[in-house]
Amino acid sequence: MANAKTGTDRPLSPHLQIYRPQLSSMPSITHRITGVANAVGLILLTWWLVAMATGAGAFDAVQWFLDSILGRIMLFGWTWALCYHFLNGIRHLVWDAGHGFEVETMERSAKMVIGGSVVLTLLVWIVVAIV
Amino acid sequence: MADFRTPLGRVYGLGSAKDGTGHFIRQRVSAVAMAVLAIWFVVAMIGLAGAGHAEATAWLARPVNAIPMLLLVIAAFYHARLGLQVVIEDYVHGEAAKMSLLMLVTFATFGLGVACVFSILKVALGA
Repeated sequence: MANAKTGTDRPLSPHLQIYRPQLSSMPSITHRITGVANAVGLILLTWWLVAMATGAGAFDAVQWFLDSILGRIMLFGWTWALCYHFLNGIRHLVWDAGHGFEVETMERSAKMVIGGSVVLTLLVWIVVAIV
Repeated sequence: MADFRTPLGRVYGLGSAKDGTGHFIRQRVSAVAMAVLAIWFVVAMIGLAGAGHAEATAWLARPVNAIPMLLLVIAAFYHARLGLQVVIEDYVHGEAAKMSLLMLVTFATFGLGVACVFSILKVALGA
């Protein structure tokens, strides 16, 4: 396939929309999305810490927000994003060490990360509910 | 060895930025730090769920909590800064928009990071 722009005949990669979602690409983009979500979550952590240093009134406002329906949904989402990014990050570190590149291993670790992130998230919220 | 650069790339002649794997390594090292600190953070937040101002400040005032919280905040904003940089570089192609966003992310992570560090120290040192 000729590349019209450069005039060379290096192959063009197929467009993303053509691909069926795969167990290789989906966890990868999810890692990025959860990473960005966790970065946004740092704004909440900042609000919480600054409110703690400011005084009881400011702190009560944060707690009121976190206790609201919206706040709880956001916290639940961030719990999962953090668990996923944590587990998949470990998967990335194992790859960086040179292990786990075989397709079967990679697909098994992808399933472990997806399942593990759900289990960890539920575990955290169950413990919070009990304690 | 075959030259895989495009004709445009050859004309630019920019060559290596002499930075190599620096960013990659910083991202992994801060990831290892975050892997440890995130476990502490989640356990700590479970313990503090629903805590009022008095309970939370008393908790943060203890060095055994303030020190890991400082480490977590610094590692998290550093790791976030590096990660967001790569995301912006990959998806934002206009030079002006890319540079503006990179600067915004740098200022935001430094600004919020300093706010966190200051707040932790204020509570911990009881000022």
